[in-house]
Amino acid sequence: MKTDQFVAALVADRKGSVWPPGRLMATAIAIGGLVSLAIFALEFGPRVDLAAAFRTWRFDLKLVLVLVAVVAAFGACSTLARPVRAGSLLPRMLPLIVLAVVAVVIELAMLPRASWATRLIGSNALVCLTAIPLFALAPLTVLILALRRTAPASPIRSGAMAGALAAAAAAAIYAFHCFDDSPLFVLTWYPLAALPVIAAGALAGNRLLRW
Amino acid sequence: MRAARLGDDAAYRRLLMQVATWLRGITRRSLAAAGRRVDDSEDIVQETLLAMHLKRDTWDETQPLEPWLRAIARHKLVDHLRRRGVTDHVDIEDLSETLAAPANDPVGPAADARRLLAGLPERQRRIVEGVSLDGQSAQEVGARLGMSEGAVRVTLHRALKALAAAYRRDRS
Repeated sequence: MKTDQFVAALVADRKGSVWPPGRLMATAIAIGGLVSLAIFALEFGPRVDLAAAFRTWRFDLKLVLVLVAVVAAFGACSTLARPVRAGSLLPRMLPLIVLAVVAVVIELAMLPRASWATRLIGSNALVCLTAIPLFALAPLTVLILALRRTAPASPIRSGAMAGALAAAAAAAIYAFHCFDDSPLFVLTWYPLAALPVIAAGALAGNRLLRW
Repeated sequence: MRAARLGDDAAYRRLLMQVATWLRGITRRSLAAAGRRVDDSEDIVQETLLAMHLKRDTWDETQPLEPWLRAIARHKLVDHLRRRGVTDHVDIEDLSETLAAPANDPVGPAADARRLLAGLPERQRRIVEGVSLDGQSAQEVGARLGMSEGAVRVTLHRALKALAAAYRRDRS
């Protein structure tokens, strides 16, 4: 087939709307997030003292942390969905890292040394390690399907970042259930819970995001 | 590309033909540099054009178009050479300044697209052939096959996605 004939077929394939990676991913997160919210509502539910929790700085800081993580992962994920190789992702992660360090420093300064370990271990670690991957399942699935329409320079990195984004979204939901608000707990167990999701994303990316 | 996003078919065709000429130059030079025959360069050009078409939403309008085109060309070229056993690093930055090659030359038309099309479902194949080989509009093809123009476009899009998947399978 001659190339000008081939081009005619491409030109005839019009479409109505443009779906840049950001729009695709936002839609995917919304759909997957709704499924996870339904699981949250049916099986977990918010903590009973939610109204009181909003007035404590530790709970508010926890929410800010997970939301900053969602924003950072979203930006990185939409960069990685494009064919042009991304530079360092560090600048995108910097706000999250700075906030995490500040949170830990404040917590350590405020708590007596004896209670550090108790705060770190908390009371919900096992629930946290199960619930975050569970809530991440639907967002990750929809995200990977959406990213199949993009052109990631590196399918593995793109899949891993989709996993990180799904885990951050899951953490944002789980944060409303969990009683452990200490930054020591959040910054230990939430990232640990995200690891299997990131690994699953990288595996899925390697298989499904090649183009 | 901006005009193409607004539905200007003539502008999109001009862009794709220009990119094809540019790609042809890069592809020939890369194949030659890797010590490969240039016979299948037109197949690589068409596969790359198809990828650019299907992935066109990943171009960020606030960024220049060329780095995006170059990234896709590089991705497809590296993929092609790697699967044929060439693992050397391909640096198309060096090649982008080379003269673009015109289409009317001894290498001739690509073979893969016709062959891979044959593996598509009957209806998809006939629509792609009607639009490309016979130069018909989606409306004309629809009239011939007894389908609405909208249904023809939907099937055409599926056919192109299937074709891209067939290229990937073919290479692996």
